[in-house]
Amino acid sequence: MGQDNALPITIRGVTKTYGKVFALDAVDLDIHSGEFLTLLGPSGSGKTTLLMVLAGFTRPDSGSVSFGDQEVVRMPPHKRDVGMVFQNYALFPHMNVAANIGFPLKLRGIAKDEIRSQVEDALGVVQLEGYGDRGVEQLSGGQMQRVALARAIVFKPRILLMDEPLSALDKKLRERMQIELRHLHEQLGMTTVYVTHDQREALTMSDRIAVINHGHLMQLDKPRAIYDHPANPFVANFIGESTLLPVEQHNGVASFDGVPLKLSQQDQGIGPLLMLRPERLVFMFEGDDPDFNRFNGTVTEVVYQGESFLVYVRLSGGEEVAVRSISQHRSLESAPDIGDSIVLGLHRDETVLVSEA
Amino acid sequence: MTAPISPAHNAEALRRDERRERLLLFGLSLPALIMVLLVILVPVGWLFWLSLFNDEGVLSTYNYSRMLESKSYVRIFKTTFNVSFLTTLICVLIGYPLAYFLSQLSKRWAAIGLIAVLLPFWTSLLVRTYAWLVVLQRKGLINQWGIELGWWETPLRLVHNLNGTLIGMVHIMLPFLVLPLYGSMRSIDFDYLKAAANLGANPTKSFWFVFFPLSLPGLFAGITVVFVLCLGFFVTPAVLGGGKVIMVSMKIETLIDLFFNFGTASALGVVLLVLTLAVLFIAHKLLNLDKVLGSGGGG
Repeated sequence: MGQDNALPITIRGVTKTYGKVFALDAVDLDIHSGEFLTLLGPSGSGKTTLLMVLAGFTRPDSGSVSFGDQEVVRMPPHKRDVGMVFQNYALFPHMNVAANIGFPLKLRGIAKDEIRSQVEDALGVVQLEGYGDRGVEQLSGGQMQRVALARAIVFKPRILLMDEPLSALDKKLRERMQIELRHLHEQLGMTTVYVTHDQREALTMSDRIAVINHGHLMQLDKPRAIYDHPANPFVANFIGESTLLPVEQHNGVASFDGVPLKLSQQDQGIGPLLMLRPERLVFMFEGDDPDFNRFNGTVTEVVYQGESFLVYVRLSGGEEVAVRSISQHRSLESAPDIGDSIVLGLHRDETVLVSEA
Repeated sequence: MTAPISPAHNAEALRRDERRERLLLFGLSLPALIMVLLVILVPVGWLFWLSLFNDEGVLSTYNYSRMLESKSYVRIFKTTFNVSFLTTLICVLIGYPLAYFLSQLSKRWAAIGLIAVLLPFWTSLLVRTYAWLVVLQRKGLINQWGIELGWWETPLRLVHNLNGTLIGMVHIMLPFLVLPLYGSMRSIDFDYLKAAANLGANPTKSFWFVFFPLSLPGLFAGITVVFVLCLGFFVTPAVLGGGKVIMVSMKIETLIDLFFNFGTASALGVVLLVLTLAVLFIAHKLLNLDKVLGSGGGG
C-alpha cells in the first residue's frame, strides 16, 4: 500500500475566473499520497471546478497542479491517467457492462483475455460478479454506481476523482455505499479526491476535509477537528448546526452575559464568537458542576423529530438557541414545556470560541 | 364509527365512468380517423383497383406480369434504386461532417448554421431545380469559369444526365439527413466524451468509439427518410436528368400524360408503394426504427 499505487497532489495558486467571478481564487492545497480527501462546499463554491481542474476538463487561468513530481496543469485529460466517477455515472449506453469496464484497458492495448480477467476482477471488487453481459439500461442506480466505480479503478490509476457519485441514490443505499467506498479505498489505497455538498457524507468518509466557499479554502483538517474547532463562522454553520453569539473580551478573558466563560485547558482559541451546537448543550437540573458554563433561558418551542427532539430556548439576552436530546424514555419524560424557565449547561471542553473570519 | 361498505361499493358506477371516457376519446379522434381513411386509404385502394384492369378494361394481372417480363420496367426500377442509393450515399458523405460541425458550435452559431441548411426549404423546389440547370449547363456558370480559369478545355457534362440528377437531388435531400442527425448529435451527453477522455481516449478514439456509435440512430433515421423520399422523387430528375435518367415517378407521368394508360401507371404506383414499405419494414427490423425516431438515442 501507499507509494506504489498512490500519488500525492500538489495544488499551488490555482485561479479560475468566469467573467468577473472567481470560481477558484489562488487555491493552495496539498493532498497526501493515499489519503481520502473530500472537497466540501455549497453549490457554486468552486469544489467541482477544482475537481475538473484535476481531471483536466477545466483549464485554470493560472497556477500549478502536480501529481507526484510531475506538473500536469497543461496535460490533456486523456494523458493524466486518473480514474473518475461522474455524478451521472456517464456509462456508455451503447456498450454492455463488461465493455464499459474494459474500455480503458482496450485503449491501453491490453490483450483480450487479459481484459476479460481484469474486468471480472473489477466486477468482483464492486460485488457485481456475473453482470458483465448486462446492458447499462438494465441496471439499478446503485449498480450503475458500482459499474462506474469499477470502470474508474480497473486500470489501476494512482489517483481517483469522484464528483458527488452518491447524490442520485436514495438515503439508505447512499449510507451503505459510503461505508463500501471507504472500505474500497482502504483496500486499493489510491489517492482519492471526493466532491460533495453533503457534510455528513464528508464526515463519514474522509481522512481530511477541505471546506471550500467562494473559491477559497476555508479550512483543511480531519473531520473531528473541523466539526469541533471550525476556523470561521462559515465552517461552523455549514458543518453541523450552530448558533454563534458574540462574547466580550477583557484582558484575555472572554465572558458571556457578564459571566467569565470556563474554557478547556488546552484551548487557546480566543475568538469573539461563542459556538453553541444543539447536541452539546444540556439541561442543568441541580448542583453547580464547576466544569459547566451556565445560561439562563425560557423554552419557546419543543419539536419532536423521532430519534431526537429539539427544544428552542430564548436566553436572557434575547438570543434563541436550540438544544437537541436523544429521544429516550427518560429524557422525553423530563423534557421541559413551553414557557418553563431553565438553565442550559455547556461543558468547558466543548466551549469553543470561533474567530470572525 | 361509520358502517363498513361492501367491496363492490361504487364498482358499477366507476366502470361506467371508464367506459364513457373511452367512448369520448374515440369520438374525439373519429374525425381524424375518417380523414385518414378518405385521404390515404381510399385513394390507395382505388389505385390498386385501377391497376387490376388491362388496356381493354378487362380484369387481369396483365399490368403486373408485364412489369416482370419487360426489361424496360426492370431497368426503371433499377435506376430508381440506383439514384436513390447514390443520392443517399453522397448525402451521408456531405451531411455527416456538416452535422458534426454544427453540433460542435455554440448554440447561437449552430442556429445560424441551421438556418443556412434550412433556407433552401423556403424556396420553391422548381426554382431551385431550374437554378441548377442554369448553373450546370454547357454554357452555365461552372463551365464558363472552369474554362476561363483553364481548369478544363471542353464543357463538362454536368446536366441532362446522372451527374445533374445527383447534384440536384443531393442538394434537395441534404436537410432531411442533416436535421435528424444534428438532433441526435446534440442530444449526446458531453459527459460521455469527458468519460472517454478520462479513461484514456484521445480525441480521434473518443470520436470513433463513443461519439460516432451514439450518433448512429440519427444517421439511420436520416438515411431512411432520404432514401424513401428519393424513391418517389419526380421534379428534379425530370428536369436535370434530361430524359436519360428515368425513375418510376417519371414513367408514371409519361404513361398517364402521353398514353392515358391508368392501369399500368397504377400498377407501377402500387409496386413502388410496396417496395417503399418493404424498405421501411427492413429498416425497422434491422435498426429498431421506433426507438431511433422516438427517442433519438436516449434510454
